[in-house]
Amino acid sequence: MLFMNMTPDMLRLLVWLIPVPPLVAFFVILLFTRGSKLVSDLVSVLAILLTWVIAILVLIAAILTPHLGEEPITSSIVWLPLGESLATSFRMGVLVDPLGAVMLFFVPLTASMIFIYSTGYMASGAYWTEIKGGEGGHGTTHAAHDEHGGEVIDSAGRRLVKFDASAWKARFMAFIALFAGGMLILSVADNLLMLFIGWEIMGLCSYLLIGFWNNRVYANQPNRITPMIAGIKAFMTTRIGDVFMLIGIAWLYSFTGTLNFRDILYNEEALHALAATPAFPNLAWLGGLTVAGAIGLLLIIGTVGKSAQFPLHTWLPDAMEGPTPVSAMIHAATMVSAGVYLLIRMFPLLSAGWVEGGPLTAPMTAMAWIGSFTALFAATIAMAQRDVKKVLAYSTISQLAFMVAALGIGAYIAAAFHLMTHAIFKALLFLGSGSVIHAIEHGEEHAHHHGHHFPIDFDAQDMFNMGGLGKRIPVTAWTFLIGGLALAGFPFVTAGFWSKDEILADAFAHAPVVFYVLAFTAFLTAFYTMRQIGLTFAGEPRTAAAEEASQRDWRMNTPLVILAFFAITAGWIGIPAALNPLGVNPFHDFVAGTLLEHPEALPFDPLPMIVSVFIALTGLAVGWLVYVARPLKAGQPDPLARALGPIYTLLEHKYYFDEAYDFLFVRLFQWFSDKVVYQLMDRGLIDGFLHFVARMTEWIAFRNKDFDTFIVNGAGDEVAQGVGNLGQAFKYVQSGRVQQYLAVAAAGLLMLAGVFIWAFFLR
Amino acid sequence: MIPLNLYLLVAAALFAMGVYGVLARRNAVAILMSIELMLNAVNLNLVSFWRYRAPDALSGQTFAVFVFAVAAAEAAVGLALIISIYRSRETVVAEDVNMLKW
Repeated sequence: MLFMNMTPDMLRLLVWLIPVPPLVAFFVILLFTRGSKLVSDLVSVLAILLTWVIAILVLIAAILTPHLGEEPITSSIVWLPLGESLATSFRMGVLVDPLGAVMLFFVPLTASMIFIYSTGYMASGAYWTEIKGGEGGHGTTHAAHDEHGGEVIDSAGRRLVKFDASAWKARFMAFIALFAGGMLILSVADNLLMLFIGWEIMGLCSYLLIGFWNNRVYANQPNRITPMIAGIKAFMTTRIGDVFMLIGIAWLYSFTGTLNFRDILYNEEALHALAATPAFPNLAWLGGLTVAGAIGLLLIIGTVGKSAQFPLHTWLPDAMEGPTPVSAMIHAATMVSAGVYLLIRMFPLLSAGWVEGGPLTAPMTAMAWIGSFTALFAATIAMAQRDVKKVLAYSTISQLAFMVAALGIGAYIAAAFHLMTHAIFKALLFLGSGSVIHAIEHGEEHAHHHGHHFPIDFDAQDMFNMGGLGKRIPVTAWTFLIGGLALAGFPFVTAGFWSKDEILADAFAHAPVVFYVLAFTAFLTAFYTMRQIGLTFAGEPRTAAAEEASQRDWRMNTPLVILAFFAITAGWIGIPAALNPLGVNPFHDFVAGTLLEHPEALPFDPLPMIVSVFIALTGLAVGWLVYVARPLKAGQPDPLARALGPIYTLLEHKYYFDEAYDFLFVRLFQWFSDKVVYQLMDRGLIDGFLHFVARMTEWIAFRNKDFDTFIVNGAGDEVAQGVGNLGQAFKYVQSGRVQQYLAVAAAGLLMLAGVFIWAFFLR
Repeated sequence: MIPLNLYLLVAAALFAMGVYGVLARRNAVAILMSIELMLNAVNLNLVSFWRYRAPDALSGQTFAVFVFAVAAAEAAVGLALIISIYRSRETVVAEDVNMLKW
């Protein structure tokens, strides 16, 4: 075997190489192969598979390394020489410790699957785009739904035409390759700055990919958010978190003089100093917030933005405007997980000064509150969504909140475990939903060919337009069911059960309030998952598109099957020791090495597990009764709407958070910009001053002009005129008669002689 | 010996006649001849001063010879001009040749 003979140097080199192939693929595609979809597909897929192979080699080597926590695979170079010696320089490097190894397990796995899936998903489809200006003017009189390539007018009076969704496929493959590179940089980074670089690359890619179909508009829905706006929204919202995070990083660097994870987090003295120094000695009302606490809170704000936690959660559901593989990779499996990864990575800092069973530190309290609240909050919204992807978006927010809450109560390993399993089954679910959307779009096309007419605002993502898809697309249905059961925490089989159970067990032992909230959330999760499965796959087709839906692309089905396999088995490596046939919990023992003080596994308590089994089954059963046992007919409203009444409307509108933010921030700032900045400051003060200066200058200029006209020009003209007049008057002297001249000369001579004689002789 | 003053008086009279001729005669040829009178008056002065004041130096005579030479040249050029004018304008009256004026 290759890795058996591998020297440590080769191993370190391999770690450096992990992010390289996708980054190279990005440049190769953009610079050379973007003209060919097929070649671009091959380049990106081969790059990510190469990365996957390297990552697996490193992962095996890491698992075979005894005491990986104490002696991680690490290598670094001097990046920015600072201070007097090399010892104080800023170093960039790579690190694979147990937590990093976990990342190396699921990031290349999900990324590879999604790359392969994308080559199929991005190969077809169409969407409406608006025609602006006077091009193709002859089509404006068409009344309604025209045939192929025709123009239609929607209710808002816009001229729309279908646009080929696969037109920019090569660019798409390049962007996701860059994204994968960013995520891998983050995963292998050995310091916060490098992590932040990967973090920002992903932020950029997120923006580029959410707005990928940037010319898309929705027929008859002029106010619906478009991909372009959603991209901007995601970028701006996460930017808020990133600014605070950068402040936290800078503070940490100024305090410790390093950003290296090992130097800070594996260093008892540094942690002790961070936890013992008050952050704001002069502000007593902060209750003795330590430097560690303050930095931790700033980093948590970064995560709140990136992982879409309350109150910066609103961008993630709108990020579903991106193509579905993007939703799967960036907004479920990897990028949003990076926020949680940051918290897990920095856990020793966040919990500095905390002892097991003692009072929680400020960042931990914040995480516990934010996590529990967001988990419940997002799960309730997910219950009332119609869009197949929005349900998954809110469930992502909710599941990430589980991890944040777990960290808040000190359940470090449970959070890492759930991070891994969630990434896999959520990627599976998103890819499944993409497959469903594709099937419906195909069905729409087929039915259209057979003479069926659809409204131009037919929504292929609306679950109420589906139904009965289980028979039409069995591979998707079965794998989606597996992913859904993993999300719901179906007992004893699925990965989601074991990781969620771990969190609940920790919460039960340490923080009962968090346990109650999360347990209730888990019930809601099981319910809305079954609602989604029921609405999508069960019963009879509710539209002609669902009747003729089909999806038989191996490039899409293969990743679903592979991910479904891991969605079940990935959980088995973390089965608690008491239930495990091996007698140990391999995941716990492996990841525990990341921390300086290895956390002890909780003594097994059957009670939370029984609760966990019970709520998962109850939730699934309720969902089954409502949505599967009596499937919805076409046109029938959601039974939940009748049961919940006005609350359903509230949930459907996401608690009106978008509207509130629009009012509180967007409108307020627009008002402020318009009235205060624009009209008062810009037009009133700055323009006023400038206009005053301009008018003064103009006045002076006119006075100058008068001076110029009357005095300078006047004098000049007068002199010239005078000389002219004089010449005019005296020109007759020039008579042309020689003798006259001579006579004058003689007279002059006589006069001069006279004067001469008078002056010298007669006087 | 005849005193210098008499020579000078004769020269002055000659010069005055020349000036009068130049200013008053209408015929350009006559004007040219009057100029010769003035030049000869000057020559008379030159020779007289040489004979009475500096008989050892030759400059007085030399100057007189120069003046003759120049006067001959001048008369030649002047007559040529007059002939040329006569050919084009058929007149030798000086005051009729007045094209060069304001």
